[in-house]
Amino acid sequence: MNHWPFVLAAYGLTLGGTLGLLAWAWLSMRAAENAAERLKQRP
Amino acid sequence: MHGYANPARFLRFARPATGWFLGLGLLLLAAGIAGGLFVTPPDYLQGESVRILYVHVPTAWLGMGGWAGIAAASLAQIVWRHPLSAVAGRAIAPAGATFAALCLATGSIWGRPTWGTWWEWDGRLTSMLILFFLYLGYIALAAAERERGGEGRMAALFGLVGAINLPIIHYSVLWWRTLHQGQSISITGGSTIAPELLWPLPLTLVGFSLLFGAAVLMRMRADLARVRAEARLRRAVGE
Repeated sequence: MNHWPFVLAAYGLTLGGTLGLLAWAWLSMRAAENAAERLKQRP
Repeated sequence: MHGYANPARFLRFARPATGWFLGLGLLLLAAGIAGGLFVTPPDYLQGESVRILYVHVPTAWLGMGGWAGIAAASLAQIVWRHPLSAVAGRAIAPAGATFAALCLATGSIWGRPTWGTWWEWDGRLTSMLILFFLYLGYIALAAAERERGGEGRMAALFGLVGAINLPIIHYSVLWWRTLHQGQSISITGGSTIAPELLWPLPLTLVGFSLLFGAAVLMRMRADLARVRAEARLRRAVGE
């Protein structure tokens, strides 16, 4: 049995999941901090 | 640690730390993955599939470590009422759930060529699956409490009680000797894996840990920004 497809699937899934988590955390942080900043600057 | 329970002081640390965690984490992870995929030799018994070790073990440790973090934050909330502890618990949960799910998925992928099956109701696999469901329960409970404006004490109690599962996962390979192998890696030494196969693992372990930390810091910053915005809106409505 060729093991490489299993290895690549495991790496792809892990890297995709980790980068997805980081992207989601980054975007939600940027959105929340920008919203808080806009409210702060409102007179 | 108590000093960082102050949100303003925490943010002074978290803002620069987020970038450092991300940069250093990606660098270490790239080195560990390159080593694990292209430099280390195949195992004499498992062949090339042993390379899954370098992503599977860190996801397992972080899946469990995440809940240990939730339990510590829950204890701090219940005992000392730290203002950041509920925020920390809510931030850790999605990262921990992601890594627990990745651990189950990579373990299943590794199991097919090694054991000849994608899944078995083995003690280690089942207790890890329970951990994933505990994360989902914690996320739902913490979100519901936050919506109601609660302090998150029910979620904190859940976080503490759920920690019972951690020693069960750890000792499952000793208590129920079924399919999953016993402990072969120890941070205090005595690993049964050959050094020429083991060396990329600390790199991916620290790399994934730093990225986990970056995700938690970003989620905490988002939560604190939301709290600030809500407080400002309440003041504006009251004026």
